[in-house]
Amino acid sequence: MFKWPRTESSRTCDLNLELAAPTMRRLLNARPRGGGQVLLGLLPILGLILLYLLVASARHAENPRDKIIPIPSAMAAAVQIMAFEADPRTGEVPMVADTKASLRRLGIAIGLSAITTLVLGLMIGLLPYVRAGLGPLVATISVIPPIAILPILFIIFGLGETSKVVLIFLGITPVMVRDLASHVASIPEEQIVKAQTLGASTWLTLVRVALPQAMPRLIDSLRLALCPAWVYLISAEAIAADVGLGYRIFLVRRYLAMDTILPYVVWISILAVVMDFALLSFSRAAYPWAHTERTAR
Amino acid sequence: MIALSFRNVWVEYRDKVVLERVSLDIEDGAFVSIVGPSGAGKSTFLRLALGQEAPSRGHILLDAEPLDPEPGPDRGVVFQRYSVFPHMNALDNVLFGLECAGSPGFGRLLGRPRRAARDRAVALLERVGLGHSLKAYPRTLSGGMQQRLAIAQALITRPRILLLDEPFGALDPGVRLDMHVLIDELWREHGLTILMVTHDIKEAFKLGTRVIAFDKRRHDEQAPHRYGSTAVYDFPLDEKKRQGVPAALEHMLDENRAIG
Ligand SMILES: Nc1ncnc2c1ncn2[C@@H]1O[C@H](COP(=O)(O)OP(=O)(O)OP(=O)(O)O)[C@@H](O)[C@H]1O
Ligand SMILES: [Mg+2]
Repeated sequence: MFKWPRTESSRTCDLNLELAAPTMRRLLNARPRGGGQVLLGLLPILGLILLYLLVASARHAENPRDKIIPIPSAMAAAVQIMAFEADPRTGEVPMVADTKASLRRLGIAIGLSAITTLVLGLMIGLLPYVRAGLGPLVATISVIPPIAILPILFIIFGLGETSKVVLIFLGITPVMVRDLASHVASIPEEQIVKAQTLGASTWLTLVRVALPQAMPRLIDSLRLALCPAWVYLISAEAIAADVGLGYRIFLVRRYLAMDTILPYVVWISILAVVMDFALLSFSRAAYPWAHTERTAR
Repeated sequence: MIALSFRNVWVEYRDKVVLERVSLDIEDGAFVSIVGPSGAGKSTFLRLALGQEAPSRGHILLDAEPLDPEPGPDRGVVFQRYSVFPHMNALDNVLFGLECAGSPGFGRLLGRPRRAARDRAVALLERVGLGHSLKAYPRTLSGGMQQRLAIAQALITRPRILLLDEPFGALDPGVRLDMHVLIDELWREHGLTILMVTHDIKEAFKLGTRVIAFDKRRHDEQAPHRYGSTAVYDFPLDEKKRQGVPAALEHMLDENRAIG
């Protein structure tokens, strides 16, 4: 598609017009370029880190045993213990065991959720009978706050792995189903008719027309669902678990062990970012048609 | 031979009459242009032929058989927009019709059948001028190229009739002229029967062998929805008469100009 060379044209304007308008551009048209953009993004982050270091060292100078805002060396020591040394009691490295347990719960729940969303979303979006039958049910379930039914899950499924997985699953699936169903339903009628005039059955319309167009949207909503999924995971682990990232930070909270909690939070953030990036990269690679024309605006 | 036949067809939505008393016989091999003011029911008429909608009264025959009440491969269609699949490249868009026919289970052909289908699709794409864009996704094609692709996609299954709903309505005038040449040639080469809705009366008379105008025959000032449109003009054109717009339709041309 043809794009106006923005900077070029504005420059020729300035040259040609004697009465050129002031060269100051509107703020909404001024864009950072290339490296500038990265730098601009880093600034607030670096600023925050700097602020933290200043506060931490000031408090450390005042009270070397301060636990609330630990200095980096204290956190490094905690990470050394949690992430690189096996716990003599269990024989496992705590952070590794926690990460494994948490990711397993998250992975199972998100996987089940993705499959359920795909099946239900496609059928509700494409088939009027399924929409009439299941639409209201899904809409109803999706307004229930999942945390409110956590006690019910504990009663039904016990305090083990199942209730945690089910909580995450119930927490993110209904919204994703609704989103995907409305996305599929908004595939232009013309396309659905066109498919039929090319001889496609309901099944072929589903797998060759609706499914591929649903996938990038599913991945998008999975990316958005990651955040609530972590919330439900950590909530469930805080309440009843004996291993897991959420379990650990709530356990050490009792000792005000900020030097452990902060690195754990950072680690959780890193995991979340990596998962998000992996999903995005997969979507870009597998569904290039859905990502063309996306300009950095 | 009569390809498509409408027998006293009505379309009503609740108490709103959109089409009334439509009785038409479409000859095999005809290129029928359908014109009329906005809201006259031209698209509704096409949806009937497509089977996307059923008449509330009357019936429709295709080759003397009752028309299938849902869209099928015997009737191809090109809409003004959204006619091609955005997630398939040009070649896959055209292959789709052959894959549906050849592989009802997966919609994918493999091996020799795939190569044969591919050859046919490539030949057709080359015919409509897209030989260099086999791997291009629709979004990267211009409006005119997208409509070329949509036409190729519709023709690959060799439909009995081809339905076009303002296929060139969104195109620039120059591109539109190229498309006129293309559709006219394809109509002759493939011996197609075409129903084309258009807002451009000149286009209607340039391409059609017959021009049908839909409009309301009766008006009720108090309740405009009580009367529907029907075929108020029906001009069969021979080769010599093509190109000219008859005086009876000049006012429609003016109306269309006024609308823009
Ligand atoms: N599902 C529906 N329910 C009620 N009215 C409808 C429905 N579908 C179409 N109509 C009405 O039928 C009339 C004809 O619509 P149609 O789209 O066939 O007109 P058209 O001639 O194709 O118009 P245009 O030139 O603007 O495309 C319109 O008044 C429209 O409001
Ligand atoms: Mg219309």
